Amino acid sequence: MATVTRASTGPGHRHGHDVGEQLYVHRHTPVHLLAPEVKIVALVAFIFVVVATPVHQMWAFGVFLAILVAIAAVARLPARIVVPRMVVEVPFLLFAALMPLTGPDPQVQVLGVELSVPGLWAGFGIVAKGTIGVLGAIILAATTPARDLLAGLRALRVPSVLVQIAAFMLRYLHVVFDEMARMRVARESRGFEATGVRSWPVLGQSAGALFIRSYERGERVHLAMLSRGYSGTMPVLDDLRATRAQWLVGLMLPAVGLVVALAAWAVQA
Amino acid sequence: MHIPDGFINAPVSAAAGVVAVAGIAVALRRSSRELDDRTAPMAGLVAVYIFAVQMLNFPVGAGTSGHLLGGALAAILVGPWTGALAISVVLIIQALMFADGGLSALGLNIVNVAFVTVAVAWPLFRLLVRMLPRSRVAWMGASFVAALVSVPVSAAAFALEYAIGGNGTFSPGTVLAAMVGTHVVIGLGEGLITALTVGAVLAARPDLVLGVRDLLPKPELRTAPPVADGTRAPQSTTEGSPA
Repeated sequence: MATVTRASTGPGHRHGHDVGEQLYVHRHTPVHLLAPEVKIVALVAFIFVVVATPVHQMWAFGVFLAILVAIAAVARLPARIVVPRMVVEVPFLLFAALMPLTGPDPQVQVLGVELSVPGLWAGFGIVAKGTIGVLGAIILAATTPARDLLAGLRALRVPSVLVQIAAFMLRYLHVVFDEMARMRVARESRGFEATGVRSWPVLGQSAGALFIRSYERGERVHLAMLSRGYSGTMPVLDDLRATRAQWLVGLMLPAVGLVVALAAWAVQA
Repeated sequence: MHIPDGFINAPVSAAAGVVAVAGIAVALRRSSRELDDRTAPMAGLVAVYIFAVQMLNFPVGAGTSGHLLGGALAAILVGPWTGALAISVVLIIQALMFADGGLSALGLNIVNVAFVTVAVAWPLFRLLVRMLPRSRVAWMGASFVAALVSVPVSAAAFALEYAIGGNGTFSPGTVLAAMVGTHVVIGLGEGLITALTVGAVLAARPDLVLGVRDLLPKPELRTAPPVADGTRAPQSTTEGSPA
């Protein structure tokens, strides 16, 4: 997924094969270099500000979107990577489209179709806020390797066990997915074809077998860790903390967002 | 399908975030009591399993297919606390890395998907397995019911959040009826898949199903005294010992 050429992969670069590394787009930009905990806090705060902005001030959402597009541009994320990832929000576009069709009066005629005005606003709000949230999360994952995201969570005092669980999940994702793929190949090589509910017992068997294999793998991993001296905590190798300057830069995002939101509330009132 | 940003207003989202943090803190403590230093690798692998099994498509026919949500399954297999913890981590990773479910709605999603499902499925399952005979079929039936009920209750929790702080024009009653109605159907599928999966684990490794571990027959230890000529004493009963 990363469009980086091999030549630019210097010794200081970390290129793993876990799933987060596939989402990560390797670049050297200020957005990539910002400390992960700063990025997480800035994004979550920004999204809360966006969610709290009144939907009737359409211009405010235009500004929010422009800010994120500008950040994506600074991070040199190509549209052909960002836009396809936005399909996650399609179900909600459909849901939002229902609101103008079913909402309360007053109605407005658009191309001969009766549409509810409050429904249009509500639908717009869901689409606008949802799109901004999705775009923000995509930029975060594309500019921060999974490992750094976990380090960011740890820096934010998220309990160590929770960060470890997330780390194990990311590390073994491909192992378990590959296991599942091999089981599918095994099923299909025996002539199995999933056609309807009658094939569910076989798939249930697969799901059960996958659980046993995952659980036993967890036990083996634990024993392997014990034999290497694990005592419940993981050694922290790169304990880099964000500098005050990084916090100042990062928190400009929610700060600018807050100014826009307050302006929107002022216009609304 | 998780709640995106902007669907529920900011105060309710933030309040759910506080509830989720408290819930995860309790789950961490209770799960560590069960698993000690095994918590991280075991809950991690359970989280991967839930994430993976959600990708397993169960065809319904006419080109549509469903997949497992996994809340009830996780609770029955590894217990409510580890189960809720694993699903919470799956939701956190989905929101942070896959943009699936809004970051501001993460608390809502954790409450609905990780905690409400487990809080419904686990007590119900335990109640049923204590009332029913101790057999694989009965336990599969209990899994079916627990999973079936957990899904519409989780949907009702969403409807409640929508009624308090929803940004939309649907009336809360409509949302409740529509959500619970569709999720009863989804719950039927969830129940069937959960029962089949639990049944498969029960057939191969019943000791891994935490929800029935205390009800399994205890393996019986039989001994026979050695005799002088090296053969076993005739009164020994070693053959046919239970596995």
